[in-house]
Amino acid sequence: MITRVDVEHIGWLASIKIEDDEKDQLVEQFNSILEYFHQLDEVDTEGVEPTYRVVELSNIFREDVACPSLSQEEALRNAPRRENGYFKSPRIV
Amino acid sequence: MEDVIIGLEIHVQLNRLRSKMFCGCSTDYHNSEPNSHTCPVCLGLPGSLPVLNKKAVEFGIKVGLALNCTIEEETLFYRKNYYYPDLPKGFQISQYDFPLATRGHIMILGDDGVERDIRINRAHMEEDPGRLVHAGTIDKAKYTMVDYNRCGMPLLEVVTEPDLHSPKEARAFLDKLKSILEYLEVFDGSLEGSMRVDANISLRGGDRTEIKNISGFKGVEKALSYEITRQKNMQRRNIKVVQETRHFDEIRNITVSIRSKVGAHDYRYFPECDLVGLRIASWVPAIKAALPELPDAKRKRFVEQYNLSDDHAKSLTSEIKVANFYEAVAARAPPKLAAVWIADVLKGELNYRDRTVDCFSQEHMAEIVNMLAENKITEDGAVQIIRDLLDGRGSSPDEIVRSKGLGKIEDDAVQKAVREAVAESADAVADYKAGSERALNFIVGVVMKKTRGKASPGEVHRLVKAEVEKI
Repeated sequence: MITRVDVEHIGWLASIKIEDDEKDQLVEQFNSILEYFHQLDEVDTEGVEPTYRVVELSNIFREDVACPSLSQEEALRNAPRRENGYFKSPRIV
Repeated sequence: MEDVIIGLEIHVQLNRLRSKMFCGCSTDYHNSEPNSHTCPVCLGLPGSLPVLNKKAVEFGIKVGLALNCTIEEETLFYRKNYYYPDLPKGFQISQYDFPLATRGHIMILGDDGVERDIRINRAHMEEDPGRLVHAGTIDKAKYTMVDYNRCGMPLLEVVTEPDLHSPKEARAFLDKLKSILEYLEVFDGSLEGSMRVDANISLRGGDRTEIKNISGFKGVEKALSYEITRQKNMQRRNIKVVQETRHFDEIRNITVSIRSKVGAHDYRYFPECDLVGLRIASWVPAIKAALPELPDAKRKRFVEQYNLSDDHAKSLTSEIKVANFYEAVAARAPPKLAAVWIADVLKGELNYRDRTVDCFSQEHMAEIVNMLAENKITEDGAVQIIRDLLDGRGSSPDEIVRSKGLGKIEDDAVQKAVREAVAESADAVADYKAGSERALNFIVGVVMKKTRGKASPGEVHRLVKAEVEKI
């Protein structure tokens, strides 16, 4: 069962501020999503190897060749804030 | 005994590659403007897809084999989810289950003077995050500036077992790892930030702390020394060491706690669905066959082939550049003498000047060793020549010998000076005969004056003694 504490933790991990009244709503929605997935528990997986990937391709590569990058101006075009060619981010830690 | 337990996680940039791990951006971003080496893939723009650099995998296998690891038949990439400005995607492409290489070992010289294997738990591939520049110190900065040039650089993370027992042993391990990586030509350790270390450390019976992101080998030694002292002091005062992540402050030389609410399970690893799996076991035999001779093997060969002492062989093989330099010189001059002069003299003079062996000509070194072997210059003269060449005073050994008059004078001229000096020093001879061994030094001094220092003092002493004994 997902609780308010879980919702707060998930919000913190994603750096998303969740208002108090939203928390109860999210608890409900998270639980209903999980419940939906619990239907999978009904499948008998006895003796079935776990699946790590669904595409049976392997070994897709590119050669080690450098190609032109974006210009600094292009790279920063969508940045809400910038300084001296850097992306500017709120203080972290 | 062994009450300090250290394990290391070393992030190695495979910086001899031309392009990044999952995109074609150049790895040559040092000395560039910030954010001038990026593209939609390494900026994590929507719709962009990573494609793996084939050579990065080959490099990874090379390192894995050199660390005596098993290369796994199947290997996968995972997403390591965390929200931090150094990774614009919100996750790092890394490996988790099914890493590239597992269970290896390399040998280091332990503090007890005995060589032993340090076990490697695994080596896995991942992408480097971007570089954060804090305005001020990490705990006081008002905001953070981000440069994504480094983001997506191919990294190999090497994880050891907790087999190290002192800061010095940790340093020895890192030196050995660096040496191997440079032999393999996958890594250039001279570039800033090319190797960064996380260290786990505990005292026997206590909880461990993790010191994150230490750059520089001296930094690792300092951070570990500080942390051992801190934990020992706490033990002494009966305070429990708590398991936590700490940051090494290079300016204050201390470690500080960084409160982190992210636990290992919070990374929510899951297979990276934008990349397919790797089946690369079939590559291993060819890569293995093409591996170069590694430091330990080269050291052993130097001892056997050139009849060197183990110490000299070790000193000459720790850096591939020095080893190659030595072999080039040994091909043209007596190998044993060349070993002594490169390991004991040239390396010291280079170190003192913070320079590498590239700046010294192999031909010049061979010439110097040959002149020594043929007794044409003294040892002091040879040191002088090496210093003059390094400091730009003179263009060749031959030229310096002539311009500074360093040529050792002919034996019969020395012999003549010895006879004269003994004849002129009746008092000193009498003192020697009366039992004063030191009286000979006076006569040696007279000879050195007559030959203007170009004779070897040791040899002169021997000749003077022989001459006086005749009387």
